[in-house]
Amino acid sequence: MDATGIGLWGVPLAILGGAIRVSTPFIFVSLGEAITERSGRINLGLEGTLVFGAMTAYAVAVMTGSPWLGLIAAAIAGLCFGLFHGWICKFRGVNDIAIGIALMLFGSGLAFFFGKPFIQPSAPDLPAIPLGAWSDIPQVQAALDVNVLFLIGAALAVFLWWAFRNTRAGLIVRVVGDSSDAARAMGLNPDTVRLIATGVGGALAGIGGAYLSLYYPGSWTEGISSGQGLMAVALVIFARWNPLGCFAAALLFGGAGALGPALQSVGVTQGYYLFYAAPYILTLIIMIATSSPSRSLAGAPGELSITK
Amino acid sequence: MSATTNSKAVGVEAIGMTMRFGAFTALDDVSVKVPAGSFHALLGENGAGKSTLVKCMMGFYHPTSGDMLVDGREVTIASPKDASALGLGMVYQHFTLVPSLTGAENLVISREKVPGVIDWRKERSGLAQFMERMPFKLPLDVKVAELAAGEKQKLEIVKQLYLGRSFLVLDEPTSVLTPGEAQEVLGLVRAMTRAGDLTVLMISHKFHEVTAFADDVSVLRKGKLTGTGRVTDLDHKAMAAMMIGDQPIAALDSRAEPKLDAEIVLKVKALKAPDRTGLKSIRIEDLGVRSGEIVGIAGISGNGQKEFLEVLAGQRPRDAGEVMVRGTTYAATRAEARALNVRLIPEEPLKNACAPKMTVAENISFRTFDIDGNGKPVNWISAGAIRAFSARLVEQFKVKTASLSSPIASLSGGNVQRAVLARELTGEVDLLIVSNPCFGLDFSAVAEIRARIMKARNAGAAVLLMSEDLDELLELSDRIFVMSDGALVYETPIALASVQTIGEHMAGHH
Repeated sequence: MDATGIGLWGVPLAILGGAIRVSTPFIFVSLGEAITERSGRINLGLEGTLVFGAMTAYAVAVMTGSPWLGLIAAAIAGLCFGLFHGWICKFRGVNDIAIGIALMLFGSGLAFFFGKPFIQPSAPDLPAIPLGAWSDIPQVQAALDVNVLFLIGAALAVFLWWAFRNTRAGLIVRVVGDSSDAARAMGLNPDTVRLIATGVGGALAGIGGAYLSLYYPGSWTEGISSGQGLMAVALVIFARWNPLGCFAAALLFGGAGALGPALQSVGVTQGYYLFYAAPYILTLIIMIATSSPSRSLAGAPGELSITK
Repeated sequence: MSATTNSKAVGVEAIGMTMRFGAFTALDDVSVKVPAGSFHALLGENGAGKSTLVKCMMGFYHPTSGDMLVDGREVTIASPKDASALGLGMVYQHFTLVPSLTGAENLVISREKVPGVIDWRKERSGLAQFMERMPFKLPLDVKVAELAAGEKQKLEIVKQLYLGRSFLVLDEPTSVLTPGEAQEVLGLVRAMTRAGDLTVLMISHKFHEVTAFADDVSVLRKGKLTGTGRVTDLDHKAMAAMMIGDQPIAALDSRAEPKLDAEIVLKVKALKAPDRTGLKSIRIEDLGVRSGEIVGIAGISGNGQKEFLEVLAGQRPRDAGEVMVRGTTYAATRAEARALNVRLIPEEPLKNACAPKMTVAENISFRTFDIDGNGKPVNWISAGAIRAFSARLVEQFKVKTASLSSPIASLSGGNVQRAVLARELTGEVDLLIVSNPCFGLDFSAVAEIRARIMKARNAGAAVLLMSEDLDELLELSDRIFVMSDGALVYETPIALASVQTIGEHMAGHH
């Protein structure tokens, strides 16, 4: 069978493949943000963390030759960013959103500064599992070439969904996110819990960044994230702070992001670039559709500054 | 895994408790003895030192001097943790349950030791066993946010018992409950003290609760113990005397005969507006308030009263319906309010009716600063006129303030409310809309504010009074409506009003 033999079927197939490929950073960033927001803080700095994570992972992978070391380095860098955000936000009168924006710019700027020498060299990729090997259609093979991080992200979503209900740590995060007073009455320190939650959120965003530079698109450039970290924050609200919802929403965004390239690949030459804007338009539509001037969002953590 | 629940009630005694904050003595040598298995009431006005006393007992504060005995033995309680280790617990006035967690999750996570991974099957059977021993029946699998106020209050108490506490401080436990719910909760708690399972110290300012449920009572005034004794030996008058001393109380004007054919000043027809959540709406089918009458609206907070007031005040858009004042459509603009003499006293006046950081004088002149004596707009605002105007009102309404140029936020609650009353009740008033005017104020301020409202009514104002305090409504209103779930569900003239029936409608049992 030749490559063009499946005709228009290539579009949904490419969207599926794209969804799997493009969604992975969304999954990690949004799960990280879900943990942070469930604890009552919002960290807009994850965009910066994502970019810095991408640069760190790429640089470490180039220097050591191991993508896994790069991944770990990115997670550690993200953890530091998250802890920094969490630490600053514990002071009185500090606004978590403003700090987040500052850290977003800081993270990107720092990544560009340190990343300059790494634009040229190439780093080893993270491994993928050829789940499409049973088929001899190259498009199917391409679509089902699934990176391990995607599978880890899916498992993580299920785990978090379970953990928010069934573990002490999960319940504590929810308590702190919903009522600082209740948490204090239980002898918990909300600042500490939020510090840890923001740190973990940052580490996950760092891993998302590693995926960007080490698998797809698979190289380090300054425009590597193009706002995915910010979209992931919107996605958490869309998913109503539910990890499984985050996973599904990430797939949806990933699929929307793959629409443009997919149309191009089947020979649509006019206006396909409009579809490159699909994820951004989707973000806008979702934000408008799920918000209302006269009520607060159902399911929002009570301590979250944007929904208070 | 489950907490100890069969522990017997303990007796608690505070001896010579004194608490000074700088030069201010909040608590002056107060001793209270609560024997095991008794129900003790602690009476006093706001600021009398009730909370300070229990906070000292529970380890939130470190008293300047004083001792604690638990079951006759001297103990040191340096922190709430020490208190809970001794079986002492407190149920706060404001709920400490986490709204988005279920009852079961709330109970389990509040335990001292929670396993890393929670085995819900085991926990659930443990909880079911525990609940069998409780007099309360509660749905534990529902999110706390979806429980009624009475159920939340019960869950708070159950939580303390689940944690193995056998001495409970209840801080005004019935302030958010309907009369029926209050009866039920306190009745059950009382049965547990009778059975010797529990000792209770209840902070209250409602005499009828104290008489109906408590064994003993201690009364505080200005940080001093002014009386203590068996409840059976004391009547309401004796308790009130201990509570407020000999300060003069403003007497309510006698009610002028209402005229049945008086002009209908406020008319609300088929009003519909979204509520706070945006998921439900409030609907007021038909409400008229005549000149010279007070129409009271009863209801548990959160049933749409606040939204209704906001619509009348122009703070909330309405979907449909009409609000008419003296026959003309009213949209609550400044010009309309001025032309029709509509005045508004919202709840929590500092937050809703004042600019907290602006001065007392400025706040008092909000209605008049931009017009001259003839009601014409002025180009230049005269600071002198503002001061003279507010100086007169401060004098007349007995607002206690350090100076006219103090920020109004520095005044006590009663004086903020006096300043707002001065602003709203000066000049001609045809329609007065009031919400919870006496919430959190002390006896003398309450009496004075109620007297002013009654005076305005007798002078011919139409008054719409929303209140969560049923006693206040019964004292002031000519007619009472009950608001439940966003609608007016019941109306009664004051002569036929019964607490029982009103309470049932508040709870939505009809």
